[in-house]
Amino acid sequence: MDIQMKRGLLDVCVLATIKNEDSYGYQMIKDMKPYLEMSESTLYTILKRLEAADMLTVRTAEHGGRLRKYYHITDLGLRRIEEFKSEWQEMVTIYQFVTKGDEKDA
Amino acid sequence: MRKSEFLAELKDRLGGLPPQDIEERLTFYAEMIDDRIDEGLTEEEAVREIGTVDEVVAQIIEDTPFIKLAKQRIRPKRRIHAWEIVLLALGSPIWLSLLIAAFAVILSLYASLWSVIVSLWAVFAGLVSCAVGGLAGGIGFICGAHVPSGMAVLGTAVFCAGLSIFAFFGCKASTKGAARLTRLMALSIKKCFVGKENAS
Repeated sequence: MDIQMKRGLLDVCVLATIKNEDSYGYQMIKDMKPYLEMSESTLYTILKRLEAADMLTVRTAEHGGRLRKYYHITDLGLRRIEEFKSEWQEMVTIYQFVTKGDEKDA
Repeated sequence: MRKSEFLAELKDRLGGLPPQDIEERLTFYAEMIDDRIDEGLTEEEAVREIGTVDEVVAQIIEDTPFIKLAKQRIRPKRRIHAWEIVLLALGSPIWLSLLIAAFAVILSLYASLWSVIVSLWAVFAGLVSCAVGGLAGGIGFICGAHVPSGMAVLGTAVFCAGLSIFAFFGCKASTKGAARLTRLMALSIKKCFVGKENAS
């Protein structure tokens, strides 16, 4: 898959894990696991990128006697998910056009 | 491997990154290990799930921009004395030319690699134009009552078209290979900037 496209997809996947409620790194990896395997290094890079783009904010809270970072999606992040959904609709339409008649040929 | 050993080795191996970056990454990995331990994994199992230090370092180097690594490497670790500045200025004809030469070598490696790829695609373009031109020429000859010449030109055009199909796959594979090689070269150059600070 094209690197830029993959990067965009992974960004949206990470944003989706905090779409409904704040979450932390390990939970995000667990939530994505049934759909895609993401390493800690990749997640770290994406979180930094999304934070720099103001798509999420970070807060530190105490958990079990230690500190844990929680990630919160911003309006910009939510907008990115909506954009992705409409872009995807376009992609599906193009895909349908590209694969039109494949079953007949097979 | 225990958590403290993993983090200590990681810190040691990330010597070339800005200290704040290293600290943030170590906190991130420590949290990831602790969360796994909270889930019931042993410390060793939690560390194993994160991956080896080598894998983690390789991924971090790949994700870090070259400029960031280079800037951190050349940043002085202490105040530079006036005499050192003078020495640097006086020695510039030597170190500056060496630096330029090193950059030129890297640049020429990239240029020669990609010029091979460009020439391969030029061969492909040549074959395609031969096929198209030959087809038009062949038809022209046949229409002009030069049937044997027309047939010969058409044959050549068909041969070039066939060859161009093979050439296309070859060019595509070589471009992919060159892109992979470029990535590996960039990674090895970046690796020179990351590592034990004491080793430099």
